[in-house]
Amino acid sequence: MKKKWWKVLCIVLLIYSILGALLFDAPRLAILNETIRNLHFHVTMWFAMIILLVTSTIYAIKYLRSNRIDHDTLSAEFANAGVLFGILGIVTGAIWANFTWGEPWSGDAKQNSSAIALLIYLAYLVLRNSLEDQQQKARVSAIYNVFAFAALIPLLFILPRMTDSSLHPGNGGNPGFNAYDLDSRLRMVFYPAILGWTLLGVWLVSLRVRIKRIKMALED
Amino acid sequence: MQSIDSMREILTLVSKEFRSEWRQKYALNGMILYLASTIFVCYMSFSLKTGTIHALSWNALFWIIILFTAVNSVAKSFIQEADGRMLYYYSLVKPESIILSKIIYYSLLMMGLSLIGLFFYSMVMGNPVNDLAMFLLTIVLASFGLATALTMLSGIASKASNSSTLIAVLSFPVIIPMLLLIIRCSKNALDGIERSVYTDQLLTLIAINAIVVAVSYLLFPYLWRS
Repeated sequence: MKKKWWKVLCIVLLIYSILGALLFDAPRLAILNETIRNLHFHVTMWFAMIILLVTSTIYAIKYLRSNRIDHDTLSAEFANAGVLFGILGIVTGAIWANFTWGEPWSGDAKQNSSAIALLIYLAYLVLRNSLEDQQQKARVSAIYNVFAFAALIPLLFILPRMTDSSLHPGNGGNPGFNAYDLDSRLRMVFYPAILGWTLLGVWLVSLRVRIKRIKMALED
Repeated sequence: MQSIDSMREILTLVSKEFRSEWRQKYALNGMILYLASTIFVCYMSFSLKTGTIHALSWNALFWIIILFTAVNSVAKSFIQEADGRMLYYYSLVKPESIILSKIIYYSLLMMGLSLIGLFFYSMVMGNPVNDLAMFLLTIVLASFGLATALTMLSGIASKASNSSTLIAVLSFPVIIPMLLLIIRCSKNALDGIERSVYTDQLLTLIAINAIVVAVSYLLFPYLWRS
């Protein structure tokens, strides 16, 4: 039972945040109206994706230092989970954009950047599949993981802020959420939701890693 | 003393790269011909008379041509090295010297190729550049950045079996942020707007180049060992 508490926490947080996102009182803002509730899905899933991808890179560095195949498995699965949340984030963002910006894909700087970020991690998965030898696969893909992460930082956090045409809040003169509308009512759901999605990602990773460990043990 | 030694090592390796390139001139000639025929294909397919293309498309087309030339010429840096020769280097020099010498050599090669490319390109497509000095500076920075990123990525791709497809898949998404900045800088130079307006873009480009060099320098020893 000792190890189960965070899974219970994950379920409780997610039920709370989904109910809270749909039912709690939300601020009334022009254009956004009720779609502000998507904040608890779209933005929190992106946060979870970033956390999962950072963890993946940390395990890639750990693998390079230790050469333990277990670290590589973890790194790959965290990247997989990150890609899943990235796709969910893009889809929820497109739904939101359809209602507020008028079309699901408007070539916004951040939309393009996130699509490229997904391409980078899909390339990572292709690279993994095209290497045969296990040690070499682990080493080369860990190197690409770190290299790609270094390219991801300017892509997601610097370049979108340099353009003056982004529709996202916080870019090109649009005030960030913090400036006026992420009031305490939203925060009460927003932060638990980030934790909930991240825990769900970790849960997925732990299941897949256990399957992989069993497969490897069976092969040996 | 150690830094002087590694400097000498790097210089020897760079001169070795130059000499081996010079000995098999067909590769170099092939690259220049690739560049020239790509430019000519673009010229023919737009079927234009000199100077009728919009400045925005002129710029984008130029950088796409340079990108593909870079992928084709730098990709061979590790893929074409014979296995036995790599093992020989391994016993002689430090991995850091190898990656730095390759970065220096391919940056110089890319600068040469992009300048030749610019010459051909402006001959057939016209040259709307207003601030030539800044445009050349962008070319220098771009060649350096593209060469560095592609050298490291070709090292990664050379480990896999289908390396020629893989290099494109791996490199394009990683290079896009760099390419976006390059296109933005060179568009500003093209329009000849006040230089102080986009110096921060140039600085960001330099910073991204620095990140790529630093990461390659740190990661290459691990790649080398496998």
